Amino acid sequence: MTVESTAARKPRRSGAKRSTTARDAKKQPEAQTELVQLLTPEGERVEHPEYAIDPTPEELRGLYRDMVLTRRFDAEATTLQRQGELGLWASLLGQEAAQIGSGRALHDDDYVFPTYREHGVAWCRGVDPTNLLGMFRGVNHGGWDPNSNNFHLYTIVIGSQTLHATGYAMGIAKDGADAAVLAYFGDGASSQGDVAESFTFSAVYNAPVVFFCQNNQWAISEPTEKQTRVPLYQRAQGYGFPGVRVDGNDVLACLAVTKAALERARTGQGPMLIEAFTYRMGAHTTSDDPTRYRSPEERELWETKDPILRLRTLLTREGLADDAFFAELERESDALAKRVRDAVRAMPDPDDMALFEHTYADGHALVDEERAQFAEYQASFVTAEEGI
Amino acid sequence: MAAEKMSLSKAINASLRTALESDPKVLIMGEDVGKLGGVFRVTDGLQKDFGEDRVIDTPLAESGIVGTAIGLALRGYRPVVEIQFDGFVFPAYDQIVTQLAKMHARSLGKVKLPVVVRIPYGGGIGAVEHHSESPEALFAHVAGLKVISPANASDAYWMLQQAIGSDDPVIYFEPKRRYHDKSEVDTAAIPGPLHAARVVRPGADLTLAAYGPMVKVALDAAAAAAEEGKSIEVVDLRSMSPIDFDTIQRSVERTGRLVVVHEAPVFLGTGSEIAARITERCFYHLEAPVLRVGGFHSPYPPSRLEDEYLPGLDRVLDAVDRALAY
Repeated sequence: MTVESTAARKPRRSGAKRSTTARDAKKQPEAQTELVQLLTPEGERVEHPEYAIDPTPEELRGLYRDMVLTRRFDAEATTLQRQGELGLWASLLGQEAAQIGSGRALHDDDYVFPTYREHGVAWCRGVDPTNLLGMFRGVNHGGWDPNSNNFHLYTIVIGSQTLHATGYAMGIAKDGADAAVLAYFGDGASSQGDVAESFTFSAVYNAPVVFFCQNNQWAISEPTEKQTRVPLYQRAQGYGFPGVRVDGNDVLACLAVTKAALERARTGQGPMLIEAFTYRMGAHTTSDDPTRYRSPEERELWETKDPILRLRTLLTREGLADDAFFAELERESDALAKRVRDAVRAMPDPDDMALFEHTYADGHALVDEERAQFAEYQASFVTAEEGI
Repeated sequence: MAAEKMSLSKAINASLRTALESDPKVLIMGEDVGKLGGVFRVTDGLQKDFGEDRVIDTPLAESGIVGTAIGLALRGYRPVVEIQFDGFVFPAYDQIVTQLAKMHARSLGKVKLPVVVRIPYGGGIGAVEHHSESPEALFAHVAGLKVISPANASDAYWMLQQAIGSDDPVIYFEPKRRYHDKSEVDTAAIPGPLHAARVVRPGADLTLAAYGPMVKVALDAAAAAAEEGKSIEVVDLRSMSPIDFDTIQRSVERTGRLVVVHEAPVFLGTGSEIAARITERCFYHLEAPVLRVGGFHSPYPPSRLEDEYLPGLDRVLDAVDRALAY
């Protein structure tokens, strides 16, 4: 039995200040840092002096529904990859609370810049989940209009989007608009120069951007201690804005802290960094093999902190959701999975001539020339066949 | 009276001023572009007249400059960013290549990024390392970018206006050793197409194709050759992506010979592409192989050696003689 699981069984009167595990202490020097938590792994509500939140039963059920459906969508996508329908999938398993909590904190006018694993945030923004699969199937590089949902395309180059988020936020400030930007990145991306530059620019221009780092402990096979010697949220201090670490498996804490940070940004108080301390339960992507670099015990430990289970415990214990609710949600999950499966299989390959579309907005002579040559080349086969 | 004689750098300044006046979404961003007016004073007086919100001094971080400009463009702004010198663009190269160039295609045309990246480029000013490079081929190779370079004040004014008006990202290379060269600028004129090459001197025996800082060298070479009775046509390419092969082709069909001149290294450079394409298009018109004159496959040298590295009048005339000797 681990130290953590023993500790986890102690009921907490106040979860305001909670150290991370002893195991983490050995791994990371920041073990004694504060972690905002409003819902313990045992499903107990706890108070935090700065981040109070009082969701209605309906809101709690809504957060639970979001997490369950997102996990089901993610599982279906993983299966589709195993069945050869997708070339790759980046699973969010274990990060549902970080994504749904932060995603549900957004206002309609806010804008999101995701990395490539933010399927739960996309869900919160109303992006049809089937649209997320196009790039992983290889039919496009992102199948949605960013401006329809204020949810930018996935960005695969690590950390690049934090600068786009900062620039967009600078634009919001220039417009005097009542909105903020939420920029996602991971613990690995925190090592990138672009993330550092986005911190500099956002601080210098007091841009309304909230940086949401999902520290899922692993950047492919590199653990967090290969990225940093100080807790990631403490980076913010050096740039002149606040940073806070939140229990990334606690949907209520993620919601409360992100709400506060976005409100702070909207009201002209500048950027903020949130480090959601969470865990990637699965592989980095379906091409990865985490058994080569981490122990099964580690995952088992984090399973005791499962973000969905703890909210279910609360809902059940407090009588906020009945069997009918859970049964209906199960049916809804099955329907979503089927819809996703059918949509992926029906997804057509792009037309050949799509090679030449959209490279430029205003056209380009070389593209025109190559398009014409390729069309002629393709047509030559048709002519040959007709000739037979 | 709209036409007046001005230096190339003043023409860029006037062009930026016009853009700032005519569209409130246009922003100038870069290191030292504000109070200083840029290290070459190209943005002189703009911050004073348009304020710090329109003419934005940035932190010294090139990736940040281009990356935030992308974000501002996504919000509806039209940023014109200045990279202080050619050799400093590489920290921003990732943002330019992986993000700026590709976002329109990735979004299937939903997202437009009207960002202009101004880069003073090229040698001949006696500068230290990283201040004299000609990386245009690296950008022209990237689909999604447009790459242009004016050779005179009028083009400097108008091509920048057109670049700012374009919904595509444009890399605008400024020939820094020509900043002080003066020529007539008619700010009321109707400019020609942005990517059209132009015959700047007609001739019958050979075509010299050049762009940016080398157009002047090409014209000087043509004038010197004329004294020896050789009739050289000079084409100013103006755009390296796309390249106006039609204009070069028409010229070569008249002259039968082509020499391409640029400051950048010859190997895999703009001239290589032109040589290949023109050979393909004009094989039966060519009296000689297409020759290239440019920089060597070496780092840009210390300034005491740059006159040897850069194509000068003699090296261009030598290539002309070799082509005419076939």
